[in-house]
Amino acid sequence: MRPILMKGHERPLTFLRYNRDGDMLFSCAKDHTPTLWYADNGQRHGTYRGHNGAVWCCDVSRDSSRLITGSADQTAKLWDVKTGKQLFSFKFSSPARSVDFSVGDKLAVITTDPFMERTSAIHVKRIADDPQDQVSDSVLVLENPEGRKRINRAVWGPLNQTIVSGGEDAILRIWDAETGKLLKETDKEVGHKQTITSLCKSADDSHFLTGSLDKTAKLWDMRTLTLIKTYTSGVPVNAVSMSPLLDHVVIGGGQDASAVTTTDHRAGNFEAKFYDKILQEEIGGVKGHFGPINALAFNPDGRSFSSGGEDGYVRLHHFDSDYFNIKI
Amino acid sequence: MTIDPQQKTSKFRWGEMDEDDDLDFLLPPKQVIGPDGNGLKTVIEYKFNDEGSKVKITTKSRVRKLASARLNKRAMERRSWPKFGDAANEDAAGSRLTMVSTEEILLERPRAPGTKADESKAAGDSLSQLGKGGGVLMVCRTCHKKGDHWTSKCPYKDLAAPADVFVDKPPTGETSTASAAPGTGKAAYVPPSMRAGADRSAGGSDMRRRNDENSVRVTNLSEDTREPDLMELFHPFGAVTRVYVAIDQKTGMSRGFGFVNFVSREDAQRAINKLNGYGYDNLILRVEWATPRPT
Repeated sequence: MRPILMKGHERPLTFLRYNRDGDMLFSCAKDHTPTLWYADNGQRHGTYRGHNGAVWCCDVSRDSSRLITGSADQTAKLWDVKTGKQLFSFKFSSPARSVDFSVGDKLAVITTDPFMERTSAIHVKRIADDPQDQVSDSVLVLENPEGRKRINRAVWGPLNQTIVSGGEDAILRIWDAETGKLLKETDKEVGHKQTITSLCKSADDSHFLTGSLDKTAKLWDMRTLTLIKTYTSGVPVNAVSMSPLLDHVVIGGGQDASAVTTTDHRAGNFEAKFYDKILQEEIGGVKGHFGPINALAFNPDGRSFSSGGEDGYVRLHHFDSDYFNIKI
Repeated sequence: MTIDPQQKTSKFRWGEMDEDDDLDFLLPPKQVIGPDGNGLKTVIEYKFNDEGSKVKITTKSRVRKLASARLNKRAMERRSWPKFGDAANEDAAGSRLTMVSTEEILLERPRAPGTKADESKAAGDSLSQLGKGGGVLMVCRTCHKKGDHWTSKCPYKDLAAPADVFVDKPPTGETSTASAAPGTGKAAYVPPSMRAGADRSAGGSDMRRRNDENSVRVTNLSEDTREPDLMELFHPFGAVTRVYVAIDQKTGMSRGFGFVNFVSREDAQRAINKLNGYGYDNLILRVEWATPRPT
């Protein structure tokens, strides 16, 4: 395959997200402008100007009309996807790290980092149909869920009943989305040993995949939080994604960004590694980035995937036909 | 009945036609050939030039196929949305942001399909046995990592090699001449790759070394054969380190030969035994050792 290279960002990529129809790709980077691309040919369609800090995460509504972004400028912003206009800005007192729309797009979960005296927090906001009616009040705030540790990702569980979070303390937690009660958490024995960097839900919300700096990615049951599979990579994992079409998971990473310049680029293993989801065996690797992979996303049709790296490039890969009948 | 053919011929009597009449029907039809495997499309047209003589125009163009996407109605609608933000007032600069990689990226398989990681495929396979036995014998001479990779594959090989640790380095063919030089001429400059203890298998001569290590030459390839095809053809025989197909720089066509490097010589030999004389793409392959075997 010949990947399409998209050089729209001047700084490292942080997050990639396809819309539900798979025709658009949203990219976030440490420069301040999330960007919209066409997912088939990689043409840039627009940029969302307004943030004043690194953009860490984004999510797009099911009908592809709204975009929510979380940024280090201590805001999370709602955007009109079509025009690029900012509709609303949620202000926090610390950087917003992760955002996720609920099923139905009526709620959004936003996590904020520990900052100054503030501890990390999970906020649930109601998203109004009409941006005029949008209010910034939180429906639910989980203060201090992990103390001084950062929460890197929080997503909605099945039917919006729960919120799953993971972060620097390497423990995954499931919260009740109504009451904010802690329902389940992983113990140190089976769970990750180091910071959880990424979390990706399956298409049907039945299970999810987490990547961690302990060089593994783990597959969990969404309801019971039981460990299903572990995929070992030789390098810290920064990004994970699951194929919606085949039983494949793809994990990406590489050594810490600060150590990149001190070693040969071949030593870094900056490839997106494909694993068989069930057999936990490595299928293959896709090379190309000149730095660690920070973001991975599968197109909802499972026929292409994109990766974003510390090198500022988004690489959009359309699979060759032989990918679809790979045998172990 | 008899009049019918008469009428038809009269229609085509060019002598009776007016000067400015279109004579295009006299020309052979336009021919479109391709696009072929390289994406080369040839259009052959004929037309009359100003002097009235027939001219053949052959237009060759390269067709690049982008992945086709089926879009639903909403997605089609979104296609027509106007650009916004920084993308709105871009023209040439914007198109430069997106480019197609010139490099063919493969999903690189860690091992040949049909083999398992923890199962040695053949009793005589030295590589798999080494990997299996905790890699005791497989010690990288550059970074001293055990069982992870061979010296020639060491990711740190380009970095400063630690000196004075290769006392028991196995003698290679060139040692007798090469190591004598740094020993005698102390003052003369000795390139790092030639210094005592330097890893000669991976240093500056890397390119040459790589090419003749279990290298198999494949000739009489069809023009459509590309590196992934060769990879597909050869990797069932064992771990392949490099596949190369000679490509004509001008035409972008394959020159009909290529090289495949194997990790182990046995695999290469098996591939030669099996594939020499093998019919591939209507041609009969010739597969042989790239360099005459030192026997």
